[in-house]
Amino acid sequence: MGNSKKPVRPRSLLAGMFKSFDSSVVKEGMGNVAQVLSGSRNYYALVILFWVAVYASSIVALDAIRIGYHEAYGVTREIPWGLMISSYIFFVVTSTGLCIVSAIGHVFGVKQFMPIAKRAVFISIVTICSGFVVILLEVENPFRMLLYNAISPNLTSNIWWMGTLYGVYLVFMVIEFGLLQFNLSKYAMAAGLVALISGIAAHSNLGAIFGMLHAREFWYGPYMPIYFIVSAMMSGCAAIILFTWAAYKINHKQMEDTMRGAISAVAKLSALLIAVIMFFTVWKVITGTVSPAKEEVISSFVNGKYAVNFWVFEVGLGMVIPFALLLISKWKNMTMMVVASAMMIVGIFVMRYDLVVFGQIVSVFYELGVNEYKDLLSYSPSFHEMGIVAGAIGLTVLTFLLGEKVFKGHESDIH
Amino acid sequence: MKDKKIDFESLINEGLGSVGSIERRTFLKMGLAITGVFAGGKILSVVSSIDKASAQETIGDYPYNPHYSMVIRQSLCIDCERCVAACTETNHVDPSGYRTRVLEKISPRAIGQKREFIPVLCNHCNEPPCVRACPTQATYKDEKNGIVMMNSSKCIGCKTCMLACPYNARYLDPRSRTIDKCNFCVDTRLNKGEKLTACAAACPTGARTFGIISDPNDAVYKLVHQVEKAVWVLRPEAGAKPNVFYMKS
Repeated sequence: MGNSKKPVRPRSLLAGMFKSFDSSVVKEGMGNVAQVLSGSRNYYALVILFWVAVYASSIVALDAIRIGYHEAYGVTREIPWGLMISSYIFFVVTSTGLCIVSAIGHVFGVKQFMPIAKRAVFISIVTICSGFVVILLEVENPFRMLLYNAISPNLTSNIWWMGTLYGVYLVFMVIEFGLLQFNLSKYAMAAGLVALISGIAAHSNLGAIFGMLHAREFWYGPYMPIYFIVSAMMSGCAAIILFTWAAYKINHKQMEDTMRGAISAVAKLSALLIAVIMFFTVWKVITGTVSPAKEEVISSFVNGKYAVNFWVFEVGLGMVIPFALLLISKWKNMTMMVVASAMMIVGIFVMRYDLVVFGQIVSVFYELGVNEYKDLLSYSPSFHEMGIVAGAIGLTVLTFLLGEKVFKGHESDIH
Repeated sequence: MKDKKIDFESLINEGLGSVGSIERRTFLKMGLAITGVFAGGKILSVVSSIDKASAQETIGDYPYNPHYSMVIRQSLCIDCERCVAACTETNHVDPSGYRTRVLEKISPRAIGQKREFIPVLCNHCNEPPCVRACPTQATYKDEKNGIVMMNSSKCIGCKTCMLACPYNARYLDPRSRTIDKCNFCVDTRLNKGEKLTACAAACPTGARTFGIISDPNDAVYKLVHQVEKAVWVLRPEAGAKPNVFYMKS
């Protein structure tokens, strides 16, 4: 049955692509690129600002390569993962979340979510690429990674699965985005489904990298992969609201009712996910208090050195204030929803940082009671690490700004 | 309540003549039975405590040939750090890192000696978490001798192995930009016919005994397989089945 249908599919797909890819489309495409020139003065100011940020960050990155990461970054033997890894996670968390939330509309057919799809897919590609830039500058020999991932794979390694699946994810997200440009929504849906599956698998493997490190009690267990997926969706929702709002500001457009409806649906989902994350956080803290090694970490962020990170950023900006704002907004007040989203993004960034760093501040020899590892270890990000991460954030925003013009505000025919 | 005072001095010895041979035999049997029960109980209790000792999981499970192992007799270590120096010199360890070090533990409530030293190094685990975590098989267990090795040309420097290791045995070598670790001096000494690792050879007190634990005639085997001495491993809960054993002396 499947065989008789197979030859038809690629032909109709190609035919569809060719049909839309005639000379007028080429002209239109060139016109779209020229659209970048149509922005307002403020738009250019923003583009230049973020371009300068990316440029400056590139210099910092080159300097880090020159002096060696060992010197340039603040990571140590005891805390080998720092701001770079947490920012990589932040970017891929956002990307996966955008993919999942956009899939609700154009893969699973929930109409209310459809208007956000194109932009969400685009920003999803942009954020994962920013994440890859950060990881390429964190891993000591990234080019070996490309070679030996293929010829010397370790199938028991979560890092291997994550890397490979994110590769697949990126390819299918790009295909999906291309197909959406040609309005081939049926094929885009199929590509979106593959991207969704590989994205979720990749992201849960990222969680499992931590969850399967049984030498690290703070991370070990099935909690991490589940938590990663839920927090990815939370990030995705926040990013959609913030970027969609910003896009309409840039394009000087009034938001259509369908888009308003989509935003309020995403906002409702955000509130639900914040509630789930609150639940996760509460139990993470409570279960941690009965384990000696974890308890030390828990008290360091509940009432110790890292209390500001936890209470102000994670709980305040990441959960409580946006949750309240979203409820007060009644899913209608755009300003409140946007402020809530911006806070969530800041809160989530710190959540990722804390997750990575807190898992390492207890030495593996802590319970041995030796003088060298009696106290909690500490880490602070270096100038190079901060510079590179700032550049990656700049790259995301810059690409978003350019994308809005080149892809004409990601207008969608799907209603 | 007071016991009646007996003047033992004034008692007269009854002698054995009044005790019949049957009575004597019964008494002896009873004594032997009691001794037997105690001796048997002692043996049983020792055997059962072997089962409970933390090193039990690893003792007796030697899948490699030769299966290298190290026994560290903690109370012999004087923290002279000659082992660290010998290791650094033999294996050209970058000054920013170390393959082995000596940790110090103070027990303030101990009577007499309050300080002890705990040398640590790669445990060459039977189930190494670092090997599972490595995406490119850059770190692997040698099929023959079970040494956890590094193939630095495959190392991408993701540092996951550093986090996976329960013993903080791995570090980044800034010269090669890859992860480095102890390999029981296999390239620098064992393959050249030496019997000991640099650290074990340099130790002036015999705190580090290196050998082949799969060989019953080896010193390491004899140290680990003693019922009357406590033998343990570090972080047994990590389940890595390490091959570095610890005991007091």
